[in-house]
Amino acid sequence: MIQFRPIYVICLREFKKFFREKSRLLGTLARPVLWLFVVGNGMSALIRPQVGFSYLQFIFPGMIGMTILFSSIFSSISIVWDREFGFMKEMLVAPISRLSIVIGKAISGTAISVAQAVIILILIPFLGIRLTSLQVAEVVAVSILVAFCITSIGILIAARLTSFDGFNIIMNFLVMPMFFLSGAMYPVSSMPHALRQLTSINPLTYGIDAFKHVLLRNSTPPLGPEFSFYTDLFIVSAMSVLMLTLAALSFRRKD
Amino acid sequence: MTIINVQNLSKQFKSVHAVDGISFSVSEGEVFGFLGPNGAGKTTTINILCTLLSATGGSAEIAGYDCAKNSDEVRTAIGLIFQDTTLDTGLTAYENLKFHAYLYNLDRKLTERRIDEMFAVVELQNRKHDLIKNFSGGMKRRLEIARGLLHYPRVLFLDEPTLGLDPQTRNTIWDFINMLRKKENITVFMTTHYMEEAENCDRIAIMDHGKIIAMDTPARLKEMVHGDVIHLVTADNQKALQEIKKTFGITAQIEDGGLLLEAERGDEFIPKLIHSLTVETLSVGLKKPTLNDVFLRLTGRTIRDEVLQNDREITRQFVRSHRRAQR
Repeated sequence: MIQFRPIYVICLREFKKFFREKSRLLGTLARPVLWLFVVGNGMSALIRPQVGFSYLQFIFPGMIGMTILFSSIFSSISIVWDREFGFMKEMLVAPISRLSIVIGKAISGTAISVAQAVIILILIPFLGIRLTSLQVAEVVAVSILVAFCITSIGILIAARLTSFDGFNIIMNFLVMPMFFLSGAMYPVSSMPHALRQLTSINPLTYGIDAFKHVLLRNSTPPLGPEFSFYTDLFIVSAMSVLMLTLAALSFRRKD
Repeated sequence: MTIINVQNLSKQFKSVHAVDGISFSVSEGEVFGFLGPNGAGKTTTINILCTLLSATGGSAEIAGYDCAKNSDEVRTAIGLIFQDTTLDTGLTAYENLKFHAYLYNLDRKLTERRIDEMFAVVELQNRKHDLIKNFSGGMKRRLEIARGLLHYPRVLFLDEPTLGLDPQTRNTIWDFINMLRKKENITVFMTTHYMEEAENCDRIAIMDHGKIIAMDTPARLKEMVHGDVIHLVTADNQKALQEIKKTFGITAQIEDGGLLLEAERGDEFIPKLIHSLTVETLSVGLKKPTLNDVFLRLTGRTIRDEVLQNDREITRQFVRSHRRAQR
């Protein structure tokens, strides 16, 4: 069912295209920088530092989460591009399983996402955060998990999306709410009850919480992590498996 | 040897019978064509044969494998060139071919050799490392054919292979396909609505409304039209039509602002015809029957008309949407 050479070449294609499109790389890196230094700095002046760290430091885990969110969704939406420009047909008539296509897209989307999250870590010296090499390794490990989960969700959506018109709807009604309802900008516990229900079904909430465990280790709620580290990891992993299975299934459908 | 075998195949989309119980078989090495207007069911049939669609009835086999059950074996045996380009424009020509080789699990050494061989055949050696973005329509088509042949398929499917290409490129591509079938004994299955293109086939199936209405060699199909075709323009076509029917017992068809009629020996018939008419004759032409005349005889319509109508419809939609945008 799983064929390695096709998976390898699907990934290779995505990487090549990613490095050729310089504007895409620049766009995904510019976004967190803007949030951190424009929004973050402004808010930091407003919000007094609590328990020893600034608002800027508080939103940093969320910025890694955001980078992964946008880059993973963008990678998986490439399936819709492939369909619009016909390239998907080349893959669909080849003697390879649909599962191989889905896995290839999931791996490449994850890798590109993680690479961008790692690049964001370069900003750390400007934020006054000190990280041990173990912490960096942990950030990368959590990034892989979160990126895989979000990419799988993206593939599931892309498999259902028949044209590019739906992309704006996805951005406005799924990606942006996922970002705002994830505890990236403000603690989940400070939200009204109804919104908190939504945050609890958002996988990004747990992903960002896991980043807080690694990066804001010595702080306590509300600004520190709000769930246990293992709960975070378990929910994100479970969601990944579920979403990837659903994505593979919806890809197999023949008219 | 039979390589494609289709029995009673049908495909229903909701209430529309896109393909309505067709049967045919193609032998190895043959060039087989599907001719018909847009929406006749040609592309649907190809999509079923290449395992992209499942049929709602009947069966289809390629190289002995069932298209629905053994899709991987069928996919290995076929190469496809679609109506619209399916190349990745962000990759180079070489990368597109390499991607294909990996999908079909070709051995690494073999891959390099075949890629070089195919570049030579389609004469794109010196554009190997250029991005597809910078290729012309004809070059893209040639590269797609190279890619479709890279894994040495036994059947090559061409869905409107030269749509939107200029006549010169069209001829080059046909020379190339003819060379291939001589060299590789490859079977070619194609769809088209260009009459001249259909003439290249060994056998043609004419499709209309999801059914095969005639199937034979181009020469024998044309024999269905008796003798020659005369195109006549008069001052009053309606009146001329009635007069011809009364005098000669021939029913003419109205087309292109004139009349089309068939006659056994056209050159001798024309003087008699003009002599008998009371309306003024403006022009008269004589030609050997084409496949378009065959289609006209079978359905009472011409394929060309429908294409033109489609174009007009597209123009209308375009104008409409632009007006809306301006408001």
